Amino acid sequence: MDLFEYQGKQFFAGYGMPVSDGEVAFTVDEAVAAAERLGMPVMVKAQVHTGGRGKAGGVKFAATVDDVREHAGNILGLDISGHVVGRVWIEKASDIAEEYYASFTLDRSAKKHLGMLSVEGGVEIEAVAEENPDAIAKIWVDTIDGLDEGTARQWVAAAGLSDAAVEGTVVILQQLYRAYVEGDADLVEVNPLILTDDGRVHVLDAKVTLDGNSTFRHESYAAYDETQPRDERETAAHAKGLQYVGLDGSVGVIANGAGLAMSTVDVVNQVGGSPANFLDIGGGANADVMAGALEVINNDPAVRSIFINIFGGITRGEEVANGIVEALDRVDIGAPIVIRLDGTNADEGRAILEPHLSDSLQMAPDMLSAARRAVELAGATEETGA
Amino acid sequence: MSIFVDENTKVVYQGLTGSQGRYYGLLNRDYGTQVVAGTNPRKAGTDVDGVPIFATVADAVDATGATASCIFIPAPGVHDAVLEAAEGGVEFVVAITEGVPAHDEARLYNRLRRDFPNVQLLGPNCPGIISPGRCNIGITAGHIALPGGPVGIVSRSGTLTYQALYELKEKDIGCTTCVGIGGDPVPGTSFIDCLEAFEADPETKAVMMIGEIGGSAEEEAATFIRDHMTKPVAAYVAGVTAPPGKKMGHAGAIVSGGKGTADAKMAALREAGALVGQNPTEAGELMAEIVASL
Repeated sequence: MDLFEYQGKQFFAGYGMPVSDGEVAFTVDEAVAAAERLGMPVMVKAQVHTGGRGKAGGVKFAATVDDVREHAGNILGLDISGHVVGRVWIEKASDIAEEYYASFTLDRSAKKHLGMLSVEGGVEIEAVAEENPDAIAKIWVDTIDGLDEGTARQWVAAAGLSDAAVEGTVVILQQLYRAYVEGDADLVEVNPLILTDDGRVHVLDAKVTLDGNSTFRHESYAAYDETQPRDERETAAHAKGLQYVGLDGSVGVIANGAGLAMSTVDVVNQVGGSPANFLDIGGGANADVMAGALEVINNDPAVRSIFINIFGGITRGEEVANGIVEALDRVDIGAPIVIRLDGTNADEGRAILEPHLSDSLQMAPDMLSAARRAVELAGATEETGA
Repeated sequence: MSIFVDENTKVVYQGLTGSQGRYYGLLNRDYGTQVVAGTNPRKAGTDVDGVPIFATVADAVDATGATASCIFIPAPGVHDAVLEAAEGGVEFVVAITEGVPAHDEARLYNRLRRDFPNVQLLGPNCPGIISPGRCNIGITAGHIALPGGPVGIVSRSGTLTYQALYELKEKDIGCTTCVGIGGDPVPGTSFIDCLEAFEADPETKAVMMIGEIGGSAEEEAATFIRDHMTKPVAAYVAGVTAPPGKKMGHAGAIVSGGKGTADAKMAALREAGALVGQNPTEAGELMAEIVASL
């Protein structure tokens, strides 16, 4: 789960980290009212789940209320890398003396938490890593021992921050680590972490990704789930509890198991087609789940054919086949379907499907030939539909 | 021989009294696995279809001599359940449960390394392990696997593992052990742990490895294959066309910051000398060629 900047700042504030006062606004009038309450000057900042806001014109300094009106008007509705800005964050402007970078994320190969701290803040850390890797001080924190003050102090010294920033940064890094661990985050990033003209260390931006698996111990995360960027199809699938990722193509994909679903998307591409989605219905494939999956795929106007790829494990072929037949009774499908059913009791399952086969419900003996057939059908329906 | 488990492995099921635990635990017993106990602190003294229930893993180990545990309890309790198993005295722990927070897994991994270095955790979020004809712990359908070798399988994906077992069986090729390490960011058992064990297992003559996008486990495995494996490896990596920044079903299957792509993983494996298939069927065919040439 990716948080908006303002949500990230509120999350950080919960761990005592210093952030600017601000308010979120959905309209120009709300932005102006927020600026008047906060006092000028303010920053007007686009809230989107993507980087490169500044370059796209999504972050502006406003000295007057008229500036706020103008900038909020320009930024709301702005398209930043495909993300349309629906809300802005208005916050008190800060006097910046220096800009740093700080983050924690899990290093999957070291099985430790990787902390990165740099005097080169305010720019993308990937660019710093490429051009001036020595400017990033890294530490690997043991997941059991955690980060103590002494280690944080050595780390800050290694990064070469200004003397004036040392004490404040040592405190903030420990708070950031706490937020990261106690908040079950995949990533916490402050870029820039600033030293102000009057010598305070302050959090000027917040990028936070939370672990969706941890919601059972963080009730408040339900609010973040609602603001995740999802297209209509993904929203519908999410509501049904399906693992769905929208893609740009014309072959709808349904498979059981994440690996098989990924593999199915790959194979559709390999035979010259273009998948409309990734959809994993899990290990079983009962009628309810299959019907829900078919509904989601069926509502996607780009879908020209559907490839159902099922491998029976514990779930037997005849159960899967019965589920598909029942689901087809419930949902009125617009596009032709190709089914590949293999694994446990596949023959029994295929026998159940046999009487239902037609031009709009076909069966193929293996994954590759099924993918080819689905791709052919997608092309054919595209032509006749034109 | 097999790796990690064999016909002498005695398994205690944490969560045997739940619906999933009962279903798969009894299926595992039907397969021939020594299902010796279950645990549930509130149901100690009862039984599940004749399998005795104990309050803790330690009690179960004392009474039955269990050497492994299999965990079917919900995600919030998995961290403590794994430690209970380690403290209770088993040496192999299989955690089937999906949805365990990554921080729990990272803490567990390091806690086991530090305090229980002899305990091997498989999973969480994995299908388990099967040594065909000897032992099946987890949710793999036993009858899709042919016993006897010469192939060892290690995989990050459940259904692709079944697919691999099935395709080998169709070609009349047996399997020594098939290990599903799971699709989470911090699996207890890595590709390398399994490759190392397969390399040392005299019955395993070749290894099939199934990876997917995200992280760098396949690249690390490739380095191990290049430097330490004398046995041939056939591999497949799912997710070639996965869009960046999207989790493809598994928590660990995500391409982020241009890292963890399937292309990079396949290239690394190829450079290490593995035969890499473009899809599971092709990988199965490559493995059949390897087996025919042994």
